[in-house]
Amino acid sequence: MADDKDVLRDVWFGRIPTCFTLHQDEVTEREAEPFYLLLPRVSYLTLVTDKVKKHFQKVMKPDDVEEMWFEYEGTALKWHYPIGLLYDLHASNTALPWSIFVHFKNFPLQDLLHCPSNSVIEAHFMSCIKEADALKHKGAVVNEMQKKDHKQLWMGLQNDKFDQFWAMNRKLMEYPIEERGFRYIPFRIYQPTSDRPFIQKLFRPVSPDGHVHTLGDLLKEMLPAAIPKDNEKKKYQVVIHGIEPMLETPIQWLSEHLSHPDNFLHISIIPAQCD
Amino acid sequence: MSEAGESPTDNPKDEPSAVQSPPEDIGSNEEKKKIDVLLKAVGDTPIMKTKKWAVERGRTVQSLSLFISRFLKLEPSEQLFIYVNQSFAPSPDQEVGVLFECFGSDGKLVLHYCKSQAWG
Repeated sequence: MADDKDVLRDVWFGRIPTCFTLHQDEVTEREAEPFYLLLPRVSYLTLVTDKVKKHFQKVMKPDDVEEMWFEYEGTALKWHYPIGLLYDLHASNTALPWSIFVHFKNFPLQDLLHCPSNSVIEAHFMSCIKEADALKHKGAVVNEMQKKDHKQLWMGLQNDKFDQFWAMNRKLMEYPIEERGFRYIPFRIYQPTSDRPFIQKLFRPVSPDGHVHTLGDLLKEMLPAAIPKDNEKKKYQVVIHGIEPMLETPIQWLSEHLSHPDNFLHISIIPAQCD
Repeated sequence: MSEAGESPTDNPKDEPSAVQSPPEDIGSNEEKKKIDVLLKAVGDTPIMKTKKWAVERGRTVQSLSLFISRFLKLEPSEQLFIYVNQSFAPSPDQEVGVLFECFGSDGKLVLHYCKSQAWG
């Protein structure tokens, strides 16, 4: 855990250059200039877009402004998914900056959860951490933490403080050495076209006979189609934090180093690029 | 709704007002498509006479929560919180089937519901 700290840093400080444009259906009093922002991959859209909201509200009448939401090429972007996941899932292999439409009307209730305040994001974030810890340690670690410890995790994310966050998060990443990993790996597998939100099941980092499970083992069990068969062209890319980790990578290592701050390993399975 | 209250494994699927389930849902298919959910009230939240429900795997937490709210005849202004393991509140768009796979025990998923925030 103490090794590979650079990886944690690289994951935390990953940024996506993004161009926000007001959607043409929105009514403005004068022309709305696009707004550019470097979005932290590990954060949430509604947590880091106050400036976007202020920028566009300047050219709009208060009556025309309802809850802000975001769209990319016809897909309403779920604020409760980490930003990096949204990008990997919907916009991998496209040119940067990421071009997002901003809406203030016609909130798509079917697709999105309301996000009236940062406390809603905080509640969602903490719930994810608790769910992940339920899988990793039967909830023992997160339940032993005090309220201020939970707050430290949240404030670390909210204020982009790597050291503050990891000083607490490392406790969630511990496990008894003899067990060689967590009880179960908190992971979610997403596909852009699937009508199900994601795949999440119980998966152990080590098999009963002591074999260390890899990313490939996980996919073989959860979504065999994601792995190319012998002599077959690759149909899908397996993307975590914008990269394609080798399928031989131990899943426990990935869980410790490439999980989002919510402690889940978010894996995007997207169609492979044709050369 | 009264009918639903009489049969312990009647299911709240589709529109909560619809009490009969389509014939193909009965029998062997039922085990695959549906899971048993045990609903437990917390604090001063009203209990449901029927606690055990057969729920479609693909059903979301949000739609289950809406069903409970209607069943209990809560005011639209009243919130309902749902908890797994008496610890975390799953995201409203999460499928109960996923929760069952990861947190079910003895062939059922136990969910606690509450009108105010009960845990964290």
